[in-house]
Amino acid sequence: MNFPYSKEVLEHFKNPHNVGKMEDPDGKGLEGSAACGDMVAVYLKVNPDSLVIEDISFESYGCASNIATASIITDLAKGKTLDEAKKITWKQASEALGGLPAVKAHCSVLAVEGLRSAIRDYEEKHGMVVEKEPTDEEVVRRRLKHVMNPIKGLDIIRTELVMKIVVNEGNIRVVLDLPSHHQFAAAIKEDIIEKLEALWDVESVTVDFIS
Amino acid sequence: MFDKTVYLDNAASTRLDERVLEAMNPYFFDTYAVATSEFGYSMGIDAKEGLERSRKVIASALGANANEVVFTSGSTESSNMAIKGVLSALKGKKDDHIIVSRMEDFSVLNTAKMLEKQGYKVDFISVDSEGIVDLEMLKAAITPQTALVSIQHANQEIGTLQDIKAIADICKEKEVLLHTDATHSFTRVPLDVDQIPVDLVTVSAHTIHGPRGVGALYIREGTPINKWMDGGFQEFDRRAGIENIPGAVGFATAVELVTPEENEQLKAMRDRIIERVQAEISSVTLNGSATSRLPQNANLTFHYVEGESITLHLDMMGFAVSTGSACFSRSLEASHVILGIGGDHERAHGSLRFSFGRFNTMEDADSIIDALKEVVVNLRAISPLSADE
Ligand SMILES: Cc1ncc(COP(=O)(O)O)c(C=O)c1O
Repeated sequence: MNFPYSKEVLEHFKNPHNVGKMEDPDGKGLEGSAACGDMVAVYLKVNPDSLVIEDISFESYGCASNIATASIITDLAKGKTLDEAKKITWKQASEALGGLPAVKAHCSVLAVEGLRSAIRDYEEKHGMVVEKEPTDEEVVRRRLKHVMNPIKGLDIIRTELVMKIVVNEGNIRVVLDLPSHHQFAAAIKEDIIEKLEALWDVESVTVDFIS
Repeated sequence: MFDKTVYLDNAASTRLDERVLEAMNPYFFDTYAVATSEFGYSMGIDAKEGLERSRKVIASALGANANEVVFTSGSTESSNMAIKGVLSALKGKKDDHIIVSRMEDFSVLNTAKMLEKQGYKVDFISVDSEGIVDLEMLKAAITPQTALVSIQHANQEIGTLQDIKAIADICKEKEVLLHTDATHSFTRVPLDVDQIPVDLVTVSAHTIHGPRGVGALYIREGTPINKWMDGGFQEFDRRAGIENIPGAVGFATAVELVTPEENEQLKAMRDRIIERVQAEISSVTLNGSATSRLPQNANLTFHYVEGESITLHLDMMGFAVSTGSACFSRSLEASHVILGIGGDHERAHGSLRFSFGRFNTMEDADSIIDALKEVVVNLRAISPLSADE
């Protein structure tokens, strides 16, 4: 047998841990969308005194690496404080899974984002978040660190795919160092738009290519 | 775990039939000379006879004459040759416009896109929700400058059959050449060039249990076409390069082995999948036409679940099928075919293609349906999407 994933990925894929919808979660995060691919929902029960994640579960509409990452990330987060859980990275999840294929990075990173957005949801509901910050170039740059470059398996900021970011009163323009006919151009573009449109004060997002 | 793989991806390629290998064998070990002229040495004359006998078989399966069939390295080459060869021959006359459908395989689609970059005008004709080409749009798109229309006979993914007679009649009336990619329909669905005024037809061996890397192009007598690869004078000086005689013989044998009974059996397996899945699994959509469809193809979307997850589970249970999901493809792009019939990414995401061949049985169809029932229920149980959202 020659399957496209590691033993650990297949094991989590076959028998995922912490699955299912949670009744009355303290925090809930939903990342991705059905229209453009994978989706992950993460639910949290948090101890209000210690801020420890006492229970966690997920639902996934996605491919094998998405399901396996959600399974491992919920394992990793259980029993941790919110601050600790926030710091869990895609790389840690990937290592715990014996490695994920680079081209599948963007499907599996959704699980990490799902966890972080569930934590953010809890923090917002419990008055732990200071004021909303206005979107500027730095905010965009931070957000784009969540968009994977499938060619390298690392995010598009780190791999220097982003040539230019212009923010003008809620209108964002991103220029990528990639020709528009590149096999991953459409997928990356979609991912960028999805990430940036979610920002509270953003009106429009355009993505341009070098040729 | 399981003893053998139930292979239901025959549209990608098929298992070679032993009888094909047997027929090819002498042309590797006994009659291995190149085809020579009738004044050559005897082994070369024998080789030439094998090649010409094979050509007759392919021609007669299309209702064509033998001199209208050129062997190639497969469908990709045949379609490149048809499109580029005709444009080259019509250069300076009627050469700035071609028309293709949006549903074509990449061998036609990317050829058209490359020509577009080189300055040709290309119209991409839309299809309806079943994948059937919009004939009115086709009619409207043809201009006096149109060199060629290329519309497939059967779709590789959703199995939709075009009304190729109607398309050919339109092209004939407007005096424009028509090429059709019949990779999946050849020998499975009748296509007689005596009845249907199509000018060029792409066919292939490996979709019907023949060898890979062998195809042919039917070129109606009198069709303007230039060589697109320079080299020797083989194949009526139309396709340069030493002939693949074992391949041609294998192709011809594969054609001869297809029977009407076999096509009926394929159809019965196809219908079993379509009927049982729709009856026994909820939230399923048939992709393609229910009536105008290849006998060997079923394509269904299982909503709220992702195709690669389904195929991986099925793989672990011993079944090989493919999906139009972006996660499964090399380019990470959702199927242009499912998007082309007006489906969204969700429809492509959960789509599965079942394609049958000679070595499948009704038991295969039944056992994959049983497996699917389990897999789809389990994946839906962990999906955040559901029928009521
Ligand atoms: C409709 C169609 N045409 C052409 C081709 C290309 O065939 P080949 O790769 O054998 O050249 C394919 C391959 O999948 C196909 O599905």
